[in-house]
Amino acid sequence: MNINIINVSNEIEKGVGFKLDLKFFMKLIYLYILLIILSITSLFVGVSNISPLDIFNLTDEQKQILLISRFPRLISIIIAGVSMSICGLIMQQLTRNKFVSPTTAGTMDSARLGILVSLLLFSSATPLQKMIVAFVFALTGTLIFMKILDKIKFKDTIFIPLVGLMFGNIVGSITTFFAYRHDLIQNIGAWLQGNFALMMSGRYEMLYISMPLVVIAYIFANKFTIAGMGEEFSVNLGLNYKQVVNIGLIIVALMTSVVVLTVGIIPFLGLIIPNIVTIFKGDNLRRNLPYTALLGAIFVLICDIVGRVIIFPYEIPIGLTVGVIGSGIFLYMLLRRNHHGL
Amino acid sequence: MGYKGKTVILGILALAAVALFLFYQLNHWEYALPRRGIKVLAIAVTGAAIAFSTVIFQTITNNRILTPSIIGFDSLYVLVQTFIIYSFGSMSMAVINKNLNFAISVGIMIIFAALFYKLLFKREGQNIYFLLLVGIIFGTFFSSISTFMQVLIDPNEFMTIQNRMFASFNNVNSDILTVSIILFLLIALYSYRYLKYLDVISLGRDQAINLGVPYDAVVKRLMVVIAILVSISTALVGPITFLGLLVANVAYEFLKTYQHKYLITGAIFISITALVGGQWIVERVFTFNTTLSVIVNFAGGVYFLYLLLRERKEW
Repeated sequence: MNINIINVSNEIEKGVGFKLDLKFFMKLIYLYILLIILSITSLFVGVSNISPLDIFNLTDEQKQILLISRFPRLISIIIAGVSMSICGLIMQQLTRNKFVSPTTAGTMDSARLGILVSLLLFSSATPLQKMIVAFVFALTGTLIFMKILDKIKFKDTIFIPLVGLMFGNIVGSITTFFAYRHDLIQNIGAWLQGNFALMMSGRYEMLYISMPLVVIAYIFANKFTIAGMGEEFSVNLGLNYKQVVNIGLIIVALMTSVVVLTVGIIPFLGLIIPNIVTIFKGDNLRRNLPYTALLGAIFVLICDIVGRVIIFPYEIPIGLTVGVIGSGIFLYMLLRRNHHGL
Repeated sequence: MGYKGKTVILGILALAAVALFLFYQLNHWEYALPRRGIKVLAIAVTGAAIAFSTVIFQTITNNRILTPSIIGFDSLYVLVQTFIIYSFGSMSMAVINKNLNFAISVGIMIIFAALFYKLLFKREGQNIYFLLLVGIIFGTFFSSISTFMQVLIDPNEFMTIQNRMFASFNNVNSDILTVSIILFLLIALYSYRYLKYLDVISLGRDQAINLGVPYDAVVKRLMVVIAILVSISTALVGPITFLGLLVANVAYEFLKTYQHKYLITGAIFISITALVGGQWIVERVFTFNTTLSVIVNFAGGVYFLYLLLRERKEW
């Protein structure tokens, strides 16, 4: 771990100015400022024209738009960005693998299957019912993935996300099979692509469930790091290994199912954000948590604003923008991973 | 029974599947037969192209779990199609003229296949899992960009061409069927003389060079062959991620030979049996309640996971 940090900082120091600049921005205060600027921008981008100058004499209509549509959208973007990146960070610590995240461990696909099952079982499921079923499925899926990991003797950094992706694929095809039989393909398609366009008051409140989970994750941060070092090692250090791992997985499953249910699938977020933070900040989970959270929110905000501006007045769903940018960054990380010691 | 006999059995099975598909409950034959015939022909050519390209690809890369579609060739074809529509518009010659469109796409595919090969396989000692992961992410990357462009295209314009451009089993793209069949036969004829090299290449790169195979030249040509075959199958029916993996491995297990003449023929027969038989089951048993690609993806995914988890040195 230490060697990696030294390598990376060496590389940054002898590297080009661009990298120095990025490191310079990797301070909490700048991230906060960036987040605030972007948030304000996000509030004033949209079809109905509201300019920042109007803020003191808003008409009723403008007030309504801000309260019903723009603010909920901003808040859900921030919460979703924060939760998905923290999910990724926790999973990476627990599996000690930089390429594991809700996307590459079948968690997202299991949550989606859960939503489908809840729709089929209770024809008029309330959001809470859907969330509980999705949560149970996401948790089971992640547990199965962890069991498969236990069984694999050959632990290659690259091999594990592959198994996860395949596992997700299989779960996904089960979902498609049942969805096709019940004419729910379109609904499934909607969850496949994260979309903030429908975030209005009354539809996003469930995302608040993530907030206490973030706090719990912060409290348990150091324990997750120890648990990541393996069962024997952590029991030696006096840690209740099973309990800590289970808490971590429950947090991940709960956050993922809430986000998938309200926003949809946002791919690769949990994968790239923690890794970018690691490249600049090293591997201390507790110290990295705020950076990861902030950077996640900023990244999703940027993607959302881009998606809203590019074919204005229409918009591109966030799942797509993040999918394009995220898979691009992930490819870059994979191809250059030896440079960054991932 | 030797592998020759087994190949003949596979051939009979494939014929039986085709016959079943053509003649089962054939009431109004003058109406139904030509339609079924076109469909079955397209499916058979697709299956053959997939099996052919996968076996060649696996021999060149010397492994049993990478296939052209797993590392994203199919999605690349869809991306090329989308890009053509996006940049030229749906009313341009490049879109309306099916054969021209196909030619352009194949050309771009060949260029990309060459780049891909340089990027991924030329570096010495690449980890196979690494290639696989990079390939899968490339696939995701390509298909995200395609969807992204499809969103950017004027929705009305897009709807009019969607059906023609993005085929499926129930919507076979028969406009380019003739070209595809001719192209497939030409390719088969062309690559016939390379089959004997493939037997040697399956020993590994160094051995093959030692034994006097002009390795680089042969591999380069075969990569072009693969690019064309993938274009044919994707243009006719669309991406089927795991079919190649399934049929190639079943062929290895069943035939237990290293002679590519039989391996490829066997894989083609298995592929045709699976696709035509599968489509028949989807139409008659499930009465269109599911799609073949869902079933193939499920079976293929499970098998793929099994291949990954089974610890074997020969990857």
